[in-house]
Amino acid sequence: MSLASVFSITAMLLILGVFFAFIVNINVAMEAAKQDYDTVQIYLLDETELSASSEMLEILNAMPEVLEAKYIPKEEALNSWKAQWGDSGYLLESLADNPLPNAIEIDVRNLEGADIVVAQARTFAGVEDILYYKETVEKLIVITSSVQIATLIMMLFLVMVSIVVVSNTIKLTVQARGREIEIMKYVGATNWFIRGPFLLEGMFIGLISSGLACGIVALLYHKVVELIGAELLVIIGIPMVPVQFLSLNLAVIFVALGVSIGASGSIISMRRYLDT
Amino acid sequence: MIEYQNVTKYYKSNVGLEDVNVKINKGEFVFLVGPSGAGKSTFIKLLLKELEADSGTIRFGDWDVGSLSNREVPQLRRGIGIVFQDFRLLPKKTVYENVAFAMEIVHCTRRTIRRQVPQVLSLVGIEEKADKYPDELSAGEQQRVAIARAIVNNPVVLIADEPTGNLDPETAWGIMRLLEHINNRGTMVVMVTHAKDIVDRMNKRVIAIENGRIIRDNIGSYGYNNDLGKMDGEGALGKYED
Repeated sequence: MSLASVFSITAMLLILGVFFAFIVNINVAMEAAKQDYDTVQIYLLDETELSASSEMLEILNAMPEVLEAKYIPKEEALNSWKAQWGDSGYLLESLADNPLPNAIEIDVRNLEGADIVVAQARTFAGVEDILYYKETVEKLIVITSSVQIATLIMMLFLVMVSIVVVSNTIKLTVQARGREIEIMKYVGATNWFIRGPFLLEGMFIGLISSGLACGIVALLYHKVVELIGAELLVIIGIPMVPVQFLSLNLAVIFVALGVSIGASGSIISMRRYLDT
Repeated sequence: MIEYQNVTKYYKSNVGLEDVNVKINKGEFVFLVGPSGAGKSTFIKLLLKELEADSGTIRFGDWDVGSLSNREVPQLRRGIGIVFQDFRLLPKKTVYENVAFAMEIVHCTRRTIRRQVPQVLSLVGIEEKADKYPDELSAGEQQRVAIARAIVNNPVVLIADEPTGNLDPETAWGIMRLLEHINNRGTMVVMVTHAKDIVDRMNKRVIAIENGRIIRDNIGSYGYNNDLGKMDGEGALGKYED
């Protein structure tokens, strides 16, 4: 009986855990992306003089919207690209010339300021291209928050389902001990006295389930990081959230959730018995 | 003291109690008789606040039963001991534990429990069976355990719902003598019964209920023909369903 409850809460928490791992990684990736795209990049023509670019830097750094503007020579850009590719960096060795332009990278104070910075940069001569990602970042923000809301709704739904499942399984235990409960009521036991043991049972079921679920999710996640973490880093340039960090947070959430699901399940299952 | 004033309780399609007025004093021994469905069970359930009266007031000691909150109901029930026809003992507990259980529920200390349970078991005459389980006892012995459990917390009133219904006449008389003994020690006893011979021989106050009304309240006899009274063998509070 309690085994059924343990399984159903564990199953529910597992699904929840997968969602959680997913959402945490998306969040981290989004934050990283926002930081990456919080910049305006000015690609300079190869013939632009160094003195001209220094002038640009001076003007840009004087703007209140700019956090920092710095000159990045093409060699440095290539090196950092190689570093990012890590083990696959040798692929870039085969390039005959450095195809990258010299650039000025500007960290803007906020996204809104980027427009003004870009307008200023348009006035400069010797500029090949100006890249900035305001729209992309805005889209990312919209997508992230919709994913978050959708996940939250699904989580709520899962929690409700598992409360119902637990209350139904505990109801069976309660029915099996109906005689005892009835006698307790006739002798004058308070509702909390009667509820106590069942409440503890529910909370214990929740605790065991959360331990199980947390272990399984941590193990699975560990495998996933091992399998695709490195590739993911190369493809999108963002590392996955480390297992320790994820499982610690998960443990706290699971225990809180499991115990409260168990407790509310048992309280709900007893309501009918304790009416009179 | 139990007092019903103009108490009425209707169910969806039939009458539970209708304008009942009755007063049972401290230390009295009362039989509650009447055919099945007459309202005996309603009478008791209202006192226990398992049901709410539609109108009228029910007093139990200083309590106004109708106005008690759910939180106060356990306190009310601690003043009422109940014995059922089918004993309702916990099968996995010993005789001692079954009685101690009632004391644990009202938060008695272990020392009080250890002192009081043997006293009560000896009062009902089964002290030597303390370590037996209910299924090792005869029906009469089981009923004695149930009575011990009902009186161990010193209730003001002992309600016995067909306590002799499952017993042979001789055992039944043993139980009646025990109830009388408990009554003599000062506990009010209200016994619901169909057993005409017992009621006639005990010569106590008899309250007869029919169609939700008290049709007779006098000292002495059962008052029904036996066939009318023996319409069923079940207690007023029903049989326990497992």
